[in-house]
Amino acid sequence: MTDGRPFGGDRSPILDESIRLAFHTVLVLSVYLLFVGHNAPGGGFSGGLVAGAAIFLRFIAGGRAAGALPGLGYEALCGLGLLISSVTGVAALAGGLGFLESWVFEREVPVLGVVKFTGTLPFDIGVYLVVVGLIAAIVDSLGREADTSETHALDPSHDQGGSR
Amino acid sequence: MTALLPLSVVLPLIGAALCLLVSRSRVVQRVVSVATLVAGVGMAIAILVTVDADGVTATQVGAWAAPVGISLVADLMAALFLLVSLLTILTVLLFAIGQGVDNRSVFLPCYLVLTAGVAGSFLSGDLFNLFVCFEMMLIASYVLITIGATSTQVRSGMTYVVINLTASTLFVTVVAFVYGATGTLNFADLSQKFPAIPANLQLAIGLALLVMFGVKAAIFPVFGWLPDSYPNAPTAVTAVFAGLLTKVGVYAIIRTQTSLGLTELGDVILVVAGITMVIGVIGAIAQDDIKRILSFHIVSQIGYMIMGLGLFTVAGLAGAVFFVVHQIPGKTVLFLAGGLVEETTGTGTLHRLGGMLRTAPVVAAAFLIPALSLGGVPPFAGFVAKLSLVEAGLAREAWIIVGVALFASILTMVSMTKIWAGVFWGAPDEEPPVPDARGATRFRPPQLMTAATLAMVGLTLAIAVFAGPIYDLAERAAVDLVDPTAYAEAVMGR
Repeated sequence: MTDGRPFGGDRSPILDESIRLAFHTVLVLSVYLLFVGHNAPGGGFSGGLVAGAAIFLRFIAGGRAAGALPGLGYEALCGLGLLISSVTGVAALAGGLGFLESWVFEREVPVLGVVKFTGTLPFDIGVYLVVVGLIAAIVDSLGREADTSETHALDPSHDQGGSR
Repeated sequence: MTALLPLSVVLPLIGAALCLLVSRSRVVQRVVSVATLVAGVGMAIAILVTVDADGVTATQVGAWAAPVGISLVADLMAALFLLVSLLTILTVLLFAIGQGVDNRSVFLPCYLVLTAGVAGSFLSGDLFNLFVCFEMMLIASYVLITIGATSTQVRSGMTYVVINLTASTLFVTVVAFVYGATGTLNFADLSQKFPAIPANLQLAIGLALLVMFGVKAAIFPVFGWLPDSYPNAPTAVTAVFAGLLTKVGVYAIIRTQTSLGLTELGDVILVVAGITMVIGVIGAIAQDDIKRILSFHIVSQIGYMIMGLGLFTVAGLAGAVFFVVHQIPGKTVLFLAGGLVEETTGTGTLHRLGGMLRTAPVVAAAFLIPALSLGGVPPFAGFVAKLSLVEAGLAREAWIIVGVALFASILTMVSMTKIWAGVFWGAPDEEPPVPDARGATRFRPPQLMTAATLAMVGLTLAIAVFAGPIYDLAERAAVDLVDPTAYAEAVMGR
């Protein structure tokens, strides 16, 4: 297995090209879901899941060799997300509000016009990062064996020259 | 002061986040974890002092008023349990660092998430939030129980995960029942609205809650998963699980049953408590491995705590609260001592051990004191705990359960004697442990492990020394449990 594609077989140009097209679109959709979540269906969790699906698609097509997993490292990604979410709650507390109490930011910003967001947004961004990090971790650990060899680690035939 | 309640849940989470961010450096991870837990202990002390002085303290997360918002509430029972738990978690963390089980970068973050789950479960003021915090604790525990990923661990870990997930599914279902029947999940609100629903429905919900938390607390007949899964994890993990997870289940049983006020269930609870005590301890006598004996003991001791609840009197609940308080460090330290035996000799099997009283007197002392306490020998804390339960039983004229409790107590001593005779007395075994590469037959456990174990022994002794004031606190906690008016007033602001 030299091309890094999991589950064996040759790379499929059709799959490769369609995922190359879809990948960024799906990522943009996930960010859209993240921001729209305050008043409409969406939010950090579903946005994160969609971004995770994009990562998963990349992995199906090219394996880790295709750079499917974020370079930051999924442990750090989870940690960063958890930190942002927790600190949001504590920041509200420090600012004299209740724990995790929402606040509204509304201001005229050059170029963008009026920008308005609430205290739940940083919290949601944290959730988004945790979910993306977690999916990257799952893809990585489930796919680690598939990526290098078709034989499974727990397969007893592994020791008897079962790998290709 | 109310800010301390959310902080003591979120601080371990921040610690976990930092640990994940610095997962490459074990030293930094250790510093962050220890600092987080020391701060947590400090906050738990502050919470206990506040609650002791001002009565039940409550805050609303997100500033949405109860019963719509999520309430965090500390009454005396929660504050006491929180403090003892955090002290235990901190000490076991030092033991784990000494043992080096934190060599996997995911250990300390999970450990801190578990801490957050424990704190959240104690402080949660509504049933659904209790579910969330319970799950947070359990999901961290799924990782911890399989942390070495040996095939035994994965096999028994599967049992553990499947049983707990099943119970959690039941948990959500019961939450839906409660909400459907009463329209609220807030304990304070529930204690006012629950008596208004039909009596049959009340009983059904009370029983469903008992069964579901019974699985998590490992009471008869749904305890089989515990002695199967706990002994296979690393010592530090088993110790913290033994001390805490089932006790959080017991806490949830006490909290829900008292806020529902279903005294009719008392007799059912007493029967289950009696069987749990006896079955657990008989299982313990049949085992030949330190950790397995101790795991069956966990089950047996849960019976005593449930017994206190089943009496539904102030004295009974005070006994139950005191029992949990002495049991959290007491159970943990026995596992730590068992871990030291394994670390020193390489085995925990009784018939392969012997004579450690001479070869490792410190370990022997660290085992003997909590073992005597667990058996209910005066003047240790276990004696006070059992005495208060027996007195409460006698006052209610519940002769049978008192008899069973005393009988189980004797059997507990028998099984402790079995460990003592097998491990510490007698001549060292004819077959000495296999020498290691350096030719040494006996390994000296790292100083920090021994120190942590001894600190834990100190904690159990402190509970014995201050048994009077602690029992006084437990009694006042029980008064609040029997009459939840003060709790409701603090939460609902009425």
